[in-house]
Amino acid sequence: MEAVFRTCAQTGLKIHNQAERLIKVHAVAGVFAILFGGIAAVLVLLTRWPAVHLLDPTSFYRALTFHGINMLIFWIIFFEIAVLYFAGPIVLSCRLAWPRLGWAGFGLMVAGSLLINTAILAGRADVMMTSYAPLQAVSYFYLGWILFAVGALIGVCNFFATLVVARAERTYEGSIPLVTFGAATAAIIAVFTLAHGAIIYIPTWLWSLGIISYIDPGIYRLVWWGLGHASQQINVATMVTIWYLLATLTVGATPVNEKVCRSAFVLYILFINLASAHHLLVDPQLSPAWKIWNTSYGMYLAVLASMIHGMTVPASIEVAQRRKGLTKGLFEWLAKAPWGNPGFAGMALSLVLFGFIGGITGVTFGAEQINIISHNTLRITGHFHATVVAGTTIAFMALTYYVLPLIFRRYVISQKLATLQIYLFAIGMTIFIGGMTTAGSYAIPRRHWDVQFATSQFQPPVEAAAFLFLGIMGVGGLFALAGGALYVVLTVGTVLFGRRVPDTPGAVPLAALPQDKGQHVPISGTLVLVFVFLASFIIYYFLNWKWLADIWLVK
Amino acid sequence: MSLQPLTGIWWKKVDSSEKVWVGIALVWCLILFAMMPLWHLKGGQNPSFNTFRTTPDAFLKKVEAFVEAGPKVAEDKGLPVIAPDPQKEVYMLGRLWQWYPALKLKKGQTYRLHLSSMDLVHGFSLFPLNLNFMVLPGYEYVLTITPTTTGEVFVVCNEFCGIGHHQMVGKITVE
Ligand SMILES: [Cu+2]
Repeated sequence: MEAVFRTCAQTGLKIHNQAERLIKVHAVAGVFAILFGGIAAVLVLLTRWPAVHLLDPTSFYRALTFHGINMLIFWIIFFEIAVLYFAGPIVLSCRLAWPRLGWAGFGLMVAGSLLINTAILAGRADVMMTSYAPLQAVSYFYLGWILFAVGALIGVCNFFATLVVARAERTYEGSIPLVTFGAATAAIIAVFTLAHGAIIYIPTWLWSLGIISYIDPGIYRLVWWGLGHASQQINVATMVTIWYLLATLTVGATPVNEKVCRSAFVLYILFINLASAHHLLVDPQLSPAWKIWNTSYGMYLAVLASMIHGMTVPASIEVAQRRKGLTKGLFEWLAKAPWGNPGFAGMALSLVLFGFIGGITGVTFGAEQINIISHNTLRITGHFHATVVAGTTIAFMALTYYVLPLIFRRYVISQKLATLQIYLFAIGMTIFIGGMTTAGSYAIPRRHWDVQFATSQFQPPVEAAAFLFLGIMGVGGLFALAGGALYVVLTVGTVLFGRRVPDTPGAVPLAALPQDKGQHVPISGTLVLVFVFLASFIIYYFLNWKWLADIWLVK
Repeated sequence: MSLQPLTGIWWKKVDSSEKVWVGIALVWCLILFAMMPLWHLKGGQNPSFNTFRTTPDAFLKKVEAFVEAGPKVAEDKGLPVIAPDPQKEVYMLGRLWQWYPALKLKKGQTYRLHLSSMDLVHGFSLFPLNLNFMVLPGYEYVLTITPTTTGEVFVVCNEFCGIGHHQMVGKITVE
């Protein structure tokens, strides 16, 4: 296949038309997934909100399974593969290595996701996202997972092959850009993850067909979480990559020290996969020594990596802003940042919400003993809505407002509404997460139809405060859902009706590239921010030990 | 600029402000790591070391023998309420969609509570105390527990186990 290129008038990048088309179809598939998952989210939210309690149990568990899989897997992985098609061929201005195979991978992902969604909607797979054996779904549900994982793996391999092509055809000089480096980190983690997915779903599929008679539930959980949590680490690496990308596009960010940024990504590759053991901390099949070692991620070195990115991303923004002359006081650079630009606002909110809420709660709940007071309660769902929704999803939304003009070559139909969308979604999610996590600290279980226990054998009394926080969760959730719906309307509206971007330089405003004169720029504002972060982290962490010390003795 | 390839010597010396943060973050990570083994030595709440392989049939037999031996002090919603001797082993099983039997314990006494499942994966959550463990078929998990509060606590299943999941609530009374 002859490679056909165009040159982007805005960025000067050479764009291979096959890579561009694959970005488009993966992004569109991702938007379909967020639409489906969002419709299910309305139903789940309005059932978990005790004042409304909308659905019957069967429909609730079905909607919950559908919501989890479409959001956490389909929306995110389709979008991530699109990011790989951008960070490889487009950033490096080279041809895509295997265009035909790229389409085959996309086809498998679509086929897999359709099989899974069909199984759920047909009522043949009420098994949640984790589908813990011996709870069984129809066999084509597991087959769908295998197809989806293989399809995604093809997308990942295509990225690696493209790196080889770019190197061989000398489309760039020196070392790959930081954005490509970050994407490569995500891609390497994705290989581990997808391999786990194949290893667990192949026997489970054979079991659902009656070929294998028994799946050990303890071993299933161990291998499954090699997929389940490791897949979230692909999200972390991709999200951090998008932070750097958006910081560059919006304010012309310059990393203070590339070596530090890249070393932090390497720490992710080396250590983050051990993090999966979080979910097994109160399981019977593993010893405390195994649990402590694995959750400590090799002495928390992946946490260290996140804490480094949490400093280097704002520092790269501070440096760029100060070079523009915004040097007054500690925070002029931050106050005069482009907060009205949805790309910048989304990146900044994603960084803050992921760090302060998602990161701190995640590391705290990941301590072996604190897990006793958080496992399978709403505290956990609160945590991962902070990481995957307030973090990853907002980053993806913010990036969309650059993908539309640069790749789809359409102006977003309303930049004002796009900015409103980001704030509405972020504020709604923050309220939602606060309500959900706090309700969880009253032991409200996750994946539960009725916290009032109206139909159960015993009716435990539920504290009034728990209902209050579930109500707060409900209100915040409605705001977030409105923001999510606006995202779908804006993206679909732009693709269909957006004004075309002319092929003239400067048609899409991008930050001017800063001149790195090598002079030293202080990052004092960033240092203040990261120490505020550390103080919050320490306070929340030790509060949890105090709460733990108040419950029954157990060993 | 994170979108451009790097040429020349880019692996420069790390700025001192960055070094300070990386150093402090590393120390904090070491503290995080140390807390877990330390709590095993000094703390009162730790996941158990005691696990055995079992089968649903074998475990059911033990639970039945435990209920038989009693003393059965009451009946609650059709479940026998057992007030076991703290010196003896205590049993509870999870099955669709019930925790069996109900228990009556004494505050400040220490019990060895054996948990397993007859069918699917269940979650053992003491409500509203917020103490959570997993219960897997084929595994007998022994938790050594000491109630430090009196009153009724409920055993809520917090792992999805089919459409009747939310009905699965058991009871422990402490006096
Ligand atoms: Cu259950």
